[in-house]
Amino acid sequence: MTKISDAFQNGKAFIPFITCGDPDLETTVQIVRAMAENGADLIELGIPFSDPTAEGPVIQAASGRALAAGTTTDKIFDMVRVLRRELTLPMVFMTYANVVFSYGTERFLTNAQEVGVQGLILPDVPFEEKDEFAPACRAHGLELISLIAPTSHQRINAIAREAEGFVYCVSSLGVTGVRKEITTDIAGMVELVRQAKDIPCAIGFGISTPEQARKMAASADGVIVGSAIVRIIAQYGREAVPHVAEYVREMKAAIADL
Amino acid sequence: MSNGRFGIHGGQYIPETLMNAVIELEEAYNHYKDDPEFNRELTELLNEYAGRPSRLYYAKKMTEDLGGAKIYLKREDLNHTGAHKINNVLGQVLLAKKMGKTRVIAETGAGQHGVATATAAALMGMECVVYMGREDTIRQALNVYRMRLLGATVHAVDSGTGTLKDAVSETFREWTNRIDDTHYVLGSVMGPHPFPTIVRDFQAVISREIKEQLMEKEGRLPDAVLACVGGGSNAIGAFYHFIDDPSVRLIGCEAAGRGIDGWETAATISTGRLGIFHGMKSYFCQDEYGQIAPVYSISAGLDYPGIGPEHAWLHDTGRAEYVPITDEEAVCAFEYLSRTEGIIPAIESAHAVAHAIKLAPTMGKDQIIVINISGRGDKDCAAIARYRGEDLHD
Repeated sequence: MTKISDAFQNGKAFIPFITCGDPDLETTVQIVRAMAENGADLIELGIPFSDPTAEGPVIQAASGRALAAGTTTDKIFDMVRVLRRELTLPMVFMTYANVVFSYGTERFLTNAQEVGVQGLILPDVPFEEKDEFAPACRAHGLELISLIAPTSHQRINAIAREAEGFVYCVSSLGVTGVRKEITTDIAGMVELVRQAKDIPCAIGFGISTPEQARKMAASADGVIVGSAIVRIIAQYGREAVPHVAEYVREMKAAIADL
Repeated sequence: MSNGRFGIHGGQYIPETLMNAVIELEEAYNHYKDDPEFNRELTELLNEYAGRPSRLYYAKKMTEDLGGAKIYLKREDLNHTGAHKINNVLGQVLLAKKMGKTRVIAETGAGQHGVATATAAALMGMECVVYMGREDTIRQALNVYRMRLLGATVHAVDSGTGTLKDAVSETFREWTNRIDDTHYVLGSVMGPHPFPTIVRDFQAVISREIKEQLMEKEGRLPDAVLACVGGGSNAIGAFYHFIDDPSVRLIGCEAAGRGIDGWETAATISTGRLGIFHGMKSYFCQDEYGQIAPVYSISAGLDYPGIGPEHAWLHDTGRAEYVPITDEEAVCAFEYLSRTEGIIPAIESAHAVAHAIKLAPTMGKDQIIVINISGRGDKDCAAIARYRGEDLHD
């Protein structure tokens, strides 16, 4: 059975994010398949939300395109069910609290488990509110991924102690999006996690180049890349599959030997 | 465990990046709210600068015309900057200054909260940036100029529908980007804890004054208090000190837009359902998949798809009633109050006036209604003229 921890058994993990349904779900299927074939260790499937408050302009625009194309949570479940027949790598949903809550938390997680998803990332659910979703996730065998940020400081210990799957280390202040430079003391954040719990740490927000990925991966167990991939999809639309495949291959190659 | 609940509503559904900022804010607020020096400074600002207490005016002509309950108007429109927004802003900017912040950011819909924040920032020497939906910067160009005149920077927000909800989202995004020196002056009783409590406490001056003033004039409590509700800050301010007086009906008037049967509405209690958005659990206008609805009202200040968590709870418990008022009813009330009492209310406040016009004739002459006139209507004249088919622009 596929587990999130599988993603960290193959050297440093490369974790791509895409917004499902951008530009349409048929293209998403092809992109997910291509990413899996080209070195992705875990895939974050974004369920679009009308008002993604933790996202920068690139992923905001992707959510808008996906919703305008008629993407719904039910259609995404159907897509994942089909993909799961051929893919063995772990997949997690990334979306916002209201998408899950409004669908019915119990019903959402029942379906997520049934289609073969291993985890859930909700950037607007901090430690203080995780009990809204964590018990139902546990009941359905999904791991609710905890995030830590450069501002977390003394909170890291409590968050890490109760973390499941991996810890999502937010590299920088602000929202998602490509950054020229990441100045946060990532190694220090990861060290605080390690003191609390033996759990993989993956760094996300702002990473786009192989050099950045290599630098970040040196002090963690994996890197997460979203906006840079979504930007390729925005540029090439339905023709994006080979471009994303090439990008993922290059990024995984940059961190594989660390 | 989860903080700041009103029944099941409220909470802190925000990115981890902001958690220490709201914890720091809560600690600072808990310290200063009982600090005599802070309260002395705030009272002085409210009285000497904003012009409090605002008058409780007996609307004799309106009372006689409607032929029922006696009607009093709480004149928040007479405050400096022309609305109740200044009560909260002076409190929050003073608090931010005590916390050592040098920069404030704010969202605005119609521009009233943005103007109030820019005003307080000018007064207290803070840098100020206001986020406003692109659509609203066009609808309310004069308020954009006012904010710039007061020294603020105005950012037009293009994301989403380019209205108030997008301005709130963008201000949250900006806050995650720059926290150390920046306080987010949230304009309504919404967002993550502790904002709904802080904003309510700063607005509660409205009901405290109503109670004292009516006791002085009539020697008794009112039978009903009416206020318009978007996020709900003027309404909670007008309700708060009456919540434990069960004889006082508390009635919130929501913006129904073109009617609650269609999608062009912003009446959250009438048409929304439970959700989690903008940091809080509450009622929201949304579709079956939880996508937030692009709401509509003639009033930019009520054009918001949610309602503050304390209102959601007052609705659940039945302590307050929430009624929908259409654009047409609000515009008629806007014209009625102007003609009858010589008071031009904000189109937001006109929603409460509209309900009073329905309610007063059903009540006895020995009964008393208080309407919170949350703001003045000068800002709305051009839009209402256009609504009536006149080609008038700001």
